[in-house]
Amino acid sequence: MIFLAEHAPAFAIAVPLLAAFVTPVLGRISEKIRNIWVIFSLLFTEFLVFILGCKVLDEGVYTYALGAVTPSLTSPVGFPVRIILETDAMNALISFMVLSIAIITVVYSWKFIEKYEAQDRFYSLLLLLTAGMMGMSFTGDFFTMFVFLEVVSVSSAALVAFFKKAESFEAAFKYLAISSIGSFFMLFGIGLLYGHYGLLNMAVIAKEIILHYSFLDVVALSLLGTALLLKLGSVPIHMWKVDSLQEAPAPVSVVCIATSLVGLYLLFRIGFSVFGLVINSILGWILVFFGILSIFIGVAMALLQNNLKRLLGYSAVAEVGYILLGAGVGLSAMPEVNGFAFEALSGGIFHIVNDVLDISLLFLIAGSIYYITKKRNIDELGGLAHDFPSLSVLFIIGMLAISGIPPFNGFASKLMIYESVFYFNPLLVILGVLGSILMLAVFVKVFACIFLGAPYEGEVEEVPGSMMFTMWVLAFFILFLGLFPQVAIDIFIAPAAEALVHPEVYIGGVL
Amino acid sequence: MNNEYRASVVVRTVAYILAAPLIVFGLYVILHGHLTPGGGFAGGAIMATFIALFLVSFGRKGAGSLHRNLFSVLESLGLTVFVVLAFLGISNTFFYNFMVNSGHLFGRVISFGVNPGYLDTGGVIPLMNIAVGLEVFSAISLIVLEMFTYSREDKND
Repeated sequence: MIFLAEHAPAFAIAVPLLAAFVTPVLGRISEKIRNIWVIFSLLFTEFLVFILGCKVLDEGVYTYALGAVTPSLTSPVGFPVRIILETDAMNALISFMVLSIAIITVVYSWKFIEKYEAQDRFYSLLLLLTAGMMGMSFTGDFFTMFVFLEVVSVSSAALVAFFKKAESFEAAFKYLAISSIGSFFMLFGIGLLYGHYGLLNMAVIAKEIILHYSFLDVVALSLLGTALLLKLGSVPIHMWKVDSLQEAPAPVSVVCIATSLVGLYLLFRIGFSVFGLVINSILGWILVFFGILSIFIGVAMALLQNNLKRLLGYSAVAEVGYILLGAGVGLSAMPEVNGFAFEALSGGIFHIVNDVLDISLLFLIAGSIYYITKKRNIDELGGLAHDFPSLSVLFIIGMLAISGIPPFNGFASKLMIYESVFYFNPLLVILGVLGSILMLAVFVKVFACIFLGAPYEGEVEEVPGSMMFTMWVLAFFILFLGLFPQVAIDIFIAPAAEALVHPEVYIGGVL
Repeated sequence: MNNEYRASVVVRTVAYILAAPLIVFGLYVILHGHLTPGGGFAGGAIMATFIALFLVSFGRKGAGSLHRNLFSVLESLGLTVFVVLAFLGISNTFFYNFMVNSGHLFGRVISFGVNPGYLDTGGVIPLMNIAVGLEVFSAISLIVLEMFTYSREDKND
């Protein structure tokens, strides 16, 4: 157990990676063995991340030097020479969340993609994507971050094209093209930092930057920030995200949401931990600006759509806006984070968890509706509540949660964001609440279109039990976090926010 | 009709002549990865040019004799070997080089200072280079083969 906890960060990346390479071989033997292998490797990884998370919450930052004589030997000659994985409460939370979503996705996919070919590659790419996201969240090193970002981009683009239709190829191509532009930005930014400091380790750069802060760092920060905002689909560059969420199979859309949240984590890591001690409040204002823009344009575009998954894609863009709003207010107060800014940041982090639960539930419901009716346009649907009452109950839960209505989880985190942002600037709260109300309007329309009215007359299939099970699990967590938000905030949200607002602890983990 | 296509005798003869040097050079770059520039990726790519040359000179008939499944199994194998080698150092850390200076395979103990570059050093690094070389060779060959198979046929043929 101690052994596993000691090596957990490396295993969390390596186990899904190894599983991804073995999956196609097992797939040739038997589908059942392959499915069991995939789910067990993910469950094992989740278990590792869980014990790592407990360790980090108890003992603080944990660093792991790959290839060293002992894991803790990070700087043998005074500065770090190896790839270092650094775990604190923030990335333990993010990776745990990502793995939970990956497990739910795999269980959902068993039945969902049963009738399609290339299932081996689907699971293999899904595991590779998970490994990439684990790498992105655990790495303490800029170049490793870039490499895993590329792993994530390539594997998710391949997954987006899973249905092999013209539209899905177009979406995948768009995704690949735009994310490679983002990668060039990021590589350029990393190159500037490397040229300036001769280092790639985030913690050590954060320490050096206090002494040698110059215009070059501002350029590097803006390049990195642009690249990450592009990868997470904030508003000016959101079209690729909406397209890929629309055309991907529903479980893949869910994982794509998780990847954009890992991108958000990296943005926080760079903003708070690396540049947190030197930046002024402008960066926070920029994030707030993009956040408000995302909320507004996301919701306004969602109102117009009649393709269910495209609509959900736009609401996912809007939800990212709330997280940027909360985190931007927190960031604008760096390095002296006071009460309300800390509350806003915690609200933003809490909203990451809530957003992934709500949007995932809605996407999985959209996938189930496609599975049973083979239709994607909400105008062609109607009256499904007669035959599928439990699906409509799930949709109501998801819809109320995403619009921030109590007693569901969206309310808890949005209230935290509103309360604290009010002290920062009351106008932003008005815009945020307006976005929330419009979101409810969007989903009430969708609910009426899909579930209400005369019974549906086309051919329908049953929703398989495993798919229903995953959706109920998500609904359970939505309700649980909505009823007991304080439990979640005390156990893992507040430590995560603490980890972000104290870059000196992050730096101390390596040196 | 296209199955009958073969390149001219000049191309085929040059392909015969170049085949062995290409493979040998690729293997050389892979095996000397820990001593000289190059390594698994570069060497694998060089070896994959052999497949490209083969396809150019022997056309679709040649492509028929290459097995896609074999390449994808080799690719998975290379990656698995790489990760397993990284796992083997786990008594210290993941990716720990447990074979260097051991006196066994690739474990020659060398003294500090200038030396001509002994092949028998580097521990797991040469083995990982071989795994990466295998992976890159089969992956690029697979890509070339797929692109060749699904490319549109020329109207003039």
